[in-house]
Amino acid sequence: MEKLNNQQIIEALQKTFGEDAVYGIGESHGILQVTTHVDNIVPMMHFLYADPILKFQFLTDLAGIHFPEAKGQELGVVYHLHSLENNVRLWIKAYAPIEAPNFPTLTGLYASANWMEREAFDFYGIIFEGHPNLIRILNVDDMDYHPMRKEYPLEDATRHDKIDEMFGR
Amino acid sequence: MSEIALVNSPNVGLDKTQKGGPYVNDLSTLNLGPTHPATHGIFQNILTMDGETIVDAEQTVGYIHRAFEKIAERRPFYQITTLTDRMNYCSSPINNMGWHLTVEKLLGIEVPKRAQYIRVIMMELARLADHIVCNSILAVDTGALTGFLYVYQWREHIYEIYEELCGARLTTNMGRFGGMERDLSKVAIEKINVLLAGLPKGLKEFEGMVMRNRIFMDRTQNVGAISAERALNYGFTGPNLRAAGVDYDVRSLNPYSSYEDFEFDVPVGTKGDTYDRFLVREEEMWQSLRIIQQAMDNLPEGPYHADAPRYYLPPKEEVYKNMEALIYHFKIVMGEIDAPVGEVYQSVEGGNGELGFYLVSDGGRTPYRLKFRRPGFIYYQAFPEMIKGSSLSDAIVTMSSMNVIAGELDT
Repeated sequence: MEKLNNQQIIEALQKTFGEDAVYGIGESHGILQVTTHVDNIVPMMHFLYADPILKFQFLTDLAGIHFPEAKGQELGVVYHLHSLENNVRLWIKAYAPIEAPNFPTLTGLYASANWMEREAFDFYGIIFEGHPNLIRILNVDDMDYHPMRKEYPLEDATRHDKIDEMFGR
Repeated sequence: MSEIALVNSPNVGLDKTQKGGPYVNDLSTLNLGPTHPATHGIFQNILTMDGETIVDAEQTVGYIHRAFEKIAERRPFYQITTLTDRMNYCSSPINNMGWHLTVEKLLGIEVPKRAQYIRVIMMELARLADHIVCNSILAVDTGALTGFLYVYQWREHIYEIYEELCGARLTTNMGRFGGMERDLSKVAIEKINVLLAGLPKGLKEFEGMVMRNRIFMDRTQNVGAISAERALNYGFTGPNLRAAGVDYDVRSLNPYSSYEDFEFDVPVGTKGDTYDRFLVREEEMWQSLRIIQQAMDNLPEGPYHADAPRYYLPPKEEVYKNMEALIYHFKIVMGEIDAPVGEVYQSVEGGNGELGFYLVSDGGRTPYRLKFRRPGFIYYQAFPEMIKGSSLSDAIVTMSSMNVIAGELDT
């Protein structure tokens, strides 16, 4: 069987969801990445799962990410999909504003998404709508902020003896 | 008894005259962990029990969460290696190499063949150490202590080999970007040869004692079983997925560090139960020995690190004599290396499955975002489903065979 190439995936996605639905198409060290609108995530995941050729049936990981400068789409989620039969990986990215970081849950499709989404919620405050148990997972329950966001510096901001430029940071 | 105590008692409202005594139909709650000798780590399971049968389980993790992903955002790349040590601490070298491979991919460093082979040897030694721990402790959890003693001395021996290469035993911080920090020494080669000659004997003894043991088989067969579909849906990887019958192994599907040069089999199970997980790990140890033997036989000559002065620390004598070496030494140690902009995902076959590193670099001196894909974190969420309806003693054995490691769970 001929290996599935990235162009085929893009064409399949554009054919099903329209030319405008997928953008930000790029390739990084062989892995295709596409950006899509939040509303498209669930139908797209189901399409990629059920398609008899693509068969993206393994959710490798789900990573939250924060870009404070990107106004209106500060918080993002990167879905790492893997088609084990074709041995092709795919990143699907979606962004939402920090005031309303609402994403649909994938727990209906992937049982593994449960804790991954809880982790993204815990660290970035991303709300996964429809998640059965969206509570903090690694941090303490009464924490009142989401620590991986960029506005929380790692070191004590009141310290003056550690100047970043002097330490090459 | 005071009134308050009575209200809180689980037996309130129960008809004590009914047949079977007062405790029939009574669910009880049992805290398994956070510190419990049978969990082999710090995590909690709140079990709802109906007598000896588990009705429901609720997991709490995060007791040793150390915010590695946040810390990594403020650290130069080479200082992140020490964080990876502390994830799955039973097989630290694999974590180290995985991280090195990720950064090398980002920086575009070609690693010489000899360094790749040494890495393969170290990674397979780490896999051996990991599986020795998992399988022998599983045997201990079912009551067989002696087998553990046959193989555990070889884990100690593997740690001595680590020591020879990097100076540390558990948190190894082994290798550098571009290769290894030192070549295989004479002592290390001797020790590896002793291991290759001696471990098969110990392993055979262990297997002879446990593998076809009636008691062990009764305790593990059909215990904590999971189907291939459910395992994939739960994001299982590594020996746990292969025990369920899916032959996904990162080493053979996406070879890294010259794994394509070696001949090895990927063992798979059929039922996905505790016994299959044990057998898969057992066979993987034999395959690891096979890979190490091949790597030792065909170890290429040549340098043990890449010629990448911007990223690889110069030898200390050079630093005192050579201006360029001094500059590079200073820049590397102070973390003044600007990485290129890019996004990288690299995965390696860790002791427990696909260990992935998703690195986003914005061109700065630290990662913009680093996500560790820890296999244990992802598959451990299937635990309640796997133990529901079984007895408490089966749950202990199931957890042991899943090889859940708290450091990896919580990062």
